[in-house]
Amino acid sequence: MTTSSQPRAAVTPRRVPTGTAGAAPRKLPLRRRIRRDRVMLLLTLPGLVYFLVFHYAPLIGYVVAFKDYQPYVGFIDSPWIGLANFELVFGDSRFWTSVVNTLKITLTQLVLFFPAPIALALLLNSVVSDKVRRFVQSVVYLPHFIGWVIIVSIFQQILGGAGALPNLLESVGLPRVDVMTNPDTFPLLVTLQVLWKDAGWGTIIFLAALLSINQELYEAAAMDGAGRWRRLWHVTLPGITPIIVLLLILNLGSILSVGFEQILLQRDAVGAESAEVLDTYVYYNGIQDGQWGPAAAVGLIKAIVGAALVLGANKVAHLLGHEGVYRGAAK
Amino acid sequence: MERPSKAGLAVKGAILLGVSLLVIYPFVGVIGTSLSTETDIAKAGGFVLLPSAPRLDAYRAIFEGGTVTRALLVSVLVTGIGTLASLAATIGMAYGLSRREVTGSRAILVVALFTMLFNPGIIAGFLTVQQLGLLNTFAALVLPSLVSAFNLVVLRSFFMNLPNELMESARMDGAGDLRILVRIVLPLSKAVIAVIALFYAVAYWNAFFNALLYLDDTEKWPLPMILRMFVLQGRTLESLGGAAEAPAPVQAIQMAVLVVAVVPILIVYPFLQRYFTKGVLTGAIKG
Repeated sequence: MTTSSQPRAAVTPRRVPTGTAGAAPRKLPLRRRIRRDRVMLLLTLPGLVYFLVFHYAPLIGYVVAFKDYQPYVGFIDSPWIGLANFELVFGDSRFWTSVVNTLKITLTQLVLFFPAPIALALLLNSVVSDKVRRFVQSVVYLPHFIGWVIIVSIFQQILGGAGALPNLLESVGLPRVDVMTNPDTFPLLVTLQVLWKDAGWGTIIFLAALLSINQELYEAAAMDGAGRWRRLWHVTLPGITPIIVLLLILNLGSILSVGFEQILLQRDAVGAESAEVLDTYVYYNGIQDGQWGPAAAVGLIKAIVGAALVLGANKVAHLLGHEGVYRGAAK
Repeated sequence: MERPSKAGLAVKGAILLGVSLLVIYPFVGVIGTSLSTETDIAKAGGFVLLPSAPRLDAYRAIFEGGTVTRALLVSVLVTGIGTLASLAATIGMAYGLSRREVTGSRAILVVALFTMLFNPGIIAGFLTVQQLGLLNTFAALVLPSLVSAFNLVVLRSFFMNLPNELMESARMDGAGDLRILVRIVLPLSKAVIAVIALFYAVAYWNAFFNALLYLDDTEKWPLPMILRMFVLQGRTLESLGGAAEAPAPVQAIQMAVLVVAVVPILIVYPFLQRYFTKGVLTGAIKG
């Protein structure tokens, strides 16, 4: 991946309010530099405060995982109980059910959803007519902007017990099926919904990668007698491999997270036995039942395993000779 | 390169047409059903593509006051105010971080970027909002998702790629940082800011997570929460404090609420989709 940061023009000395003209900006004392940059820093401040308050400070909340937290006693006065919360969670069969369900759903999505945007992007990329391509793009990007409540409602209306599909099946003499409440097919249903919402949107990143492939490579391959499929295999796919690896790494990091809203909305209809995932387990135990300690323990486990998976997968990608996640982000 | 074969073209066309229809069909069905009578709905099996005698009874039912109207008002206000607040914070931060020589800008950028890799989680997020005393306030719908690190990165890299000469000459003329932002940077960034505004607005409009976690008070609920109760959990509008007597079929009213929730997105989308297809975002995504 190319980074957007081009070498910028050499830093021009900025106006220094106190008149020490000529001094190199780097050598100014910190207080002077802050004074010089005060407008820029003030503009940055609200966003910085937001990130600190809503993304970093909450990490302190994880001490609850090691406490017998009672909201009325407070953070500080709730007694420490060591790893008791973790023992409680590990002894809870519902926790293990939610781990299994989460993995079932994320793996189904990895197998069935992940390739879809790649295939669709290759297809769109091969469309010669600009008009047709733009039209299809506009249509398939749209569902990305529709919220989960609406999407689940629409699926309910079409596939649900009283919906259009069961009625259609009945009218042609087949038995009515209700996939919206069927626990066995739930991972497939969830994946189908994600496909509808994001298969189109997911093409954006691959289309960009496809555009950046050097066209001369295609011409050279064609001159050497490579047909359509060979060019796809030897030029196109290697061109988008880095981005595929990158997205696989990110996916691996979120293997313990499935769309909380999407699952929560359908958990009651399908039943906790197959629709309880880690996030809904945390929500129902913590927020609904007030089991703050065990719920926080699960959240902590999830965060640590997720971080370890991203770092591990990133390492593997490096060993395989790919860039991984961090190179670009540090720029 | 050689011309594609006729058969290849046909297969491609069929797939793309099929994919497009799969996206469009549910929207047509929802709108059709919302305009239908009981008989139409029964005949079509619950999902009407083309109502035989379209009527607006369902919309009258939800707009005559009560739950849906109130939730709609909440959603509109939260979306409007939230989008403005998010834009202000994001633009300020992206601009503040767009010049490398600014003291501390790299460290601050890392602080922001790092949040893309982890998530505070449900419990920690809830405890934070609780400690701040924001439970059951509208602020809880906005503040916990004020700035998206992704949007920040997109905007910052756009600002960084603006021609430096313009800003330098403005500075020569004595313009300060704020003046440069307002007079030069913002006018040059209308398109990308429009896209980011859309992202924020859609997120606030669809907001469900924050409302579910932080609002117990049904009177403060935005539209998605009402949708869930009414369409997915089968609660009646009366039980949610709505109109007592419904003049339209329940399914039509349910679909009408869906339409109300979708239409604003359908209205803004055409103005902004050209930016996606032209690839305003791709440069930044690649960064």
